This record gives sequence, structure tokens and C-alpha cells, in this order.
Amino acid sequence: MNEEVEQTVALAEGGGDAAAVDVDDVAVRFRTRKKDVLALRQVSLSVATGEFVAIVGPSGCGKSTLLKLVAGLLKPSSGAVRLHGDAVTGPRRDIGYVFQRAALLEWRSARRNILLQAEMRHMPSAAARKRADELIDMTGLRGFEDAYPHELSGGMQQRVALCRALLHRPPVLLMDEPFGALDALTREQMNIELNRIWRETGTTVLLVTHSIAEAVYLANRVVVMSARPGTVTEIIDVALPAERDYAETMGLEEFSSATTRIRRLLGAASGAE
Amino acid sequence: MEHGRTPTVPAASAAGAGNGVAGVAERARPGIADRALETLARSWRPLALLVACFAVWWAVSAARLVEPYLVPSPGSTLQVMRDKAGYIWHHGWVTTYETLLGFAIAVAVGVLAAVIMVYSSTVEKTLYPVLLFAQVIPKIAIAPLFIVWLGFGIAPKIVVAVLIAFFPVVISMVTGLKSVDPEMVQLSATMGAGPLQTFVKIRFPASLPHLFSGLKVAVTLAVTGAVVGEFVGANEGLGFVILQANGNLDTPMLFAGLIVMSLIGVVLFLLVEIAEKLLLPWHASRRGDAVTTTY
Ligand SMILES: Nc1ncnc2c1ncn2[C@@H]1O[C@H](COP(=O)(O)OP(=O)(O)O)[C@@H](O)[C@H]1O
Ligand SMILES: [Mg+2]
Repeated sequence: MNEEVEQTVALAEGGGDAAAVDVDDVAVRFRTRKKDVLALRQVSLSVATGEFVAIVGPSGCGKSTLLKLVAGLLKPSSGAVRLHGDAVTGPRRDIGYVFQRAALLEWRSARRNILLQAEMRHMPSAAARKRADELIDMTGLRGFEDAYPHELSGGMQQRVALCRALLHRPPVLLMDEPFGALDALTREQMNIELNRIWRETGTTVLLVTHSIAEAVYLANRVVVMSARPGTVTEIIDVALPAERDYAETMGLEEFSSATTRIRRLLGAASGAE
Repeated sequence: MEHGRTPTVPAASAAGAGNGVAGVAERARPGIADRALETLARSWRPLALLVACFAVWWAVSAARLVEPYLVPSPGSTLQVMRDKAGYIWHHGWVTTYETLLGFAIAVAVGVLAAVIMVYSSTVEKTLYPVLLFAQVIPKIAIAPLFIVWLGFGIAPKIVVAVLIAFFPVVISMVTGLKSVDPEMVQLSATMGAGPLQTFVKIRFPASLPHLFSGLKVAVTLAVTGAVVGEFVGANEGLGFVILQANGNLDTPMLFAGLIVMSLIGVVLFLLVEIAEKLLLPWHASRRGDAVTTTY
């Protein structure tokens, strides 16, 4: 799968099969009565099918804005966004979205929160329930399906949100600091699981994160953004195999050189992160 | 800028990610006996206070600190309640009926108005000042007008009850609908949900806790509204009983009327609270034993 990925990355601009996500010279300006904020400028990014791209950058540099553009939740002020070759003009259904806060419905059990996706999409219920069961097993939620959100730990809640985002087998998964609220140990565990899920599902993933280690451990490429107005400073290729053992990866030369490079870039961009 | 309309008010209650308890909490339902005990444990203080009030009342009248025609003894009040049980029951029922009808109409109209206001800022801007104006007018001042317009029947009482109970319903429902997590609404859009689906599955249920806090206020206000309506012109209801007793210097009956009126309010309040617990178990359990606040 990985060779394929690298090739499509290189070819993304020129025809052939279109990139999974294509952001083309996009700018976003938020105009309110009180202020006028240029959140993103000249952002271009092409993500190949099956690729895992992490986005890092200082707070407020427009990372969430970028994901919302891809999802069609926001319109760019200029430039274009394409998913699988077609222009994004409104909220897209062919994606899965995970927020930092799990955003679960408190009145629904874990399973019924996952199945919300199916209900909204009018998926056949038997198939949806079967898929939900698969995901529950895949994310280690077995035994917690009938618990309500307030009975679940932060990690468990985020697993539910992940299952909900994967239920309809979206070709593209967008994650906005999904593990930001978790403790370090849970976070590591979630990283290992996410790596496995990505390999098993072959989904294209865009992950916004504050953790450089997380970005390098998970991604094929890491997009480093500058402070507001956000733009792409550099894209780092992570030369690691798709299947990555956590502890082992941390010790690799490629890993430390990539993290050091990103840390330097971020330091230059914001002074502190 | 945004494709979908997102609420302007940030989420009041976000699912608290982070330091939750690992694993499923104890979910076994306590038995009836346990729950009765728990209720007793929770309510003995207010009950004790109530008993203390009665004791003071009894002491004041027994010591003849105040003339009985000003403050009757608890004994004579209870005596009247026993002797004229049928009379009080009838008029109490009339007031309850007016209250419930007024409350029901206030809830239906209030929820509908709130939904329309939240989905249309034009309507909100138009309606809000009118609502505020209607709220600040003292209902007792305009009640006579309704008597002139609608006669001495039940209608003017219901109108006053609706007017007085309507406001908290609208305000709480608007707050509830606006407090929905904007990310939840965006998520719903990525699921391909239309506005109706988002409303039915997300916004409406999420607004219920707020609505119920408004309903608790509204139901007690509805009692006041019905009685105010009766004060202005009626030949039935507790307001009528109280006015008659006042005219006849029949203070035991007056006190009996007041007590029954308060009881109606308390019972209706508790019924709304029970409905809340039954309909929103997720909310009650999350809230824990926090005290319900009313404005
Ligand atoms: N809806 C909005 N209205 C106005 N300004 C916004 C809005 N959303 C984001 N912004 C602004 O755009 C900038 C980028 O925001 P965001 O994408 O959330 O940053 P990040 O996710 O990188 O922390 C911030 O300065 C933020 O204040
Ligand atoms: Mg963000």
C-alpha cells in the first residue's frame, strides 16, 4: 500500500486518479463586526488515497479551519478544495469527523451514539449494527457498549467518537486533536490503536495534533504550519514503515531526526509551542 | 461564511472528556425501600422547617399574641378544611384545572415560539421585544381587561395563567436550543442530516434539561396566574374563595384557601420534577444530587 501512496503523492497534481484531498491555494478570512481575521493564506496540500497526514502548528494558526474546509463545513474565501476530484461546496457526507471533545449525545448509550451515524444516513440497520459490533471489538469497547457517556473515561468516550466516525467506512477520516484531552498513557495506547485501524481500514487520514511525537509516529507526512495567518511552512516525509511498534519507533534515528526538525520549525514559527 | 447555521452561544455543557472514571460506574437501580429512605433523608430538613413554621403559628395564636380574627389558630383552620372539604375541593379543582390548561397552552405556544425564534433571527428580533414588553406589564393590571373581553368564565383566568407562565418557557427553551454543542451540529451535517433530523435527534433532546428548569418555574407561576385571574372577577376557584373569606373576615377559610393554593403549586412542581427524572434519566444522573435552582 505504501509504495502506491508515495507515487500518488508525487502525481497528485497531474491528472490520473485524483488525490483523496486536494487543497488548492486556499485563504480563509473570518469577518465579524468587531474583527477581521485572516486565518489561512496560500495553503495548498494534496493527500493521496490511503495516506496518513498529520498537521501541526501553533494554536490559532488555522488547523481546525483547514479540516472544516475539507469537510465542507466552511467555505474558503479564495481557492478551492476538492475531495476525490470533485469540488467541495457544502458539508460532505463521505468523511468521518472526530473532534477533540468526543461530542457524544449524553442520552444515548455508547452503541447508540455510534449508530447515530447510521440513523442519520438511513443505513440498513442490520448491516449498521454488524459494523458497529466490528468497530466495538476493534477499538476495545466491548463490555462498554451499553454505558452512557458520563459513565465512560475520556479515552473510552474518544473511542466511541472514533467508532461513530468510522461506521460508514468513510474514505477520508478527519481528526481534530482527538487525543488532546487524554492522559499520556491513554494517548499512547490510542496512537497504537489508530495506527492499526488505519492499516486495517486503508482510510485516508488527516490528523491535527499538538504532539510532535504523535504526528511522527502516526503519519506518512507531517504538515508544519506557521502562526496566523496560517500557511504551510514545510511538509516532512516520515520514512518509517506503515506498521510501527511504538517503543521501537521512538528509538529510531528517522523518528528523532523528524521530531527534531519539526520542533525547530515550530520554534521558529511561534517561539514556543 | 459557514455553510450551516451554527448556534451563536457556546455549549454550556460539553461532554466532559478527560478525567472520567475508568470503566462503567455502578448502574444497579436502588430498591424501592432504599429510594424511600433516600427521599426521606433528603427531605427531612424542609419538612422540619415546615413543622417549625406550624409550631410558631400555633404558639402565636395559642398565646393570643394576635387577635384570632387576624391570625386564626391552626386548629380552627384545619377545622374549616374538614368541615368545608367539599367546598374547598370544588374550588381547588377549578383553580387546578385553569392552571393546568394555562400551563399546557403556555408550554405548547412557548416551545413553538422558541423553536421559530431560534431558527429565524428575523422572527427573534421582532418577537423578543414584544415578549419582553408582555412580560414586564403587571398581569394583575391587565387582568380586568380580559374579564371585559372574555367574561366571567374560565377563559380570562387561563389567559392570565398563559401570559404569566409563557415567558420562562420561551426563555429556557431558547437557551436550551442555543446551548447545543456547535460541534455536534457540524457533526450532524457531515452525517448528511437535514435541519429536521438535526432538530429531532440532537437539538431538541439536548434542550430538554433547560426546558425543564423553565417548566418548574412556569408551573408555579401558572397557579399564581389562575388565582390572579380569579381575584379580578370570578364566582369559582380559590381566588374567589380567598376574596369571599376576606370580605366575611373569615380568616380560617382564608388561610385554608392559601394553604390549598400552595399545596397545588408544590404538587404540580413535584410532578414536573418527577416527569423530568423519568424523561431525562441521563441528565439527573449526571447532575447528581445538585440542588435544583429556580430563578
Ligand atoms: N467562526 C469563526 N469566526 C471568527 N474567527 C474564527 C472562527 N473560527 C476560527 N476563527 C479564528 O481563526 C483562527 C484559526 O482558528 P482555528 O482554525 O480554530 O485554529 P487552530 O485549530 O489551529 O487552533 C483563530 O484566530 C480563530 O480565532
Ligand atoms: Mg483547533
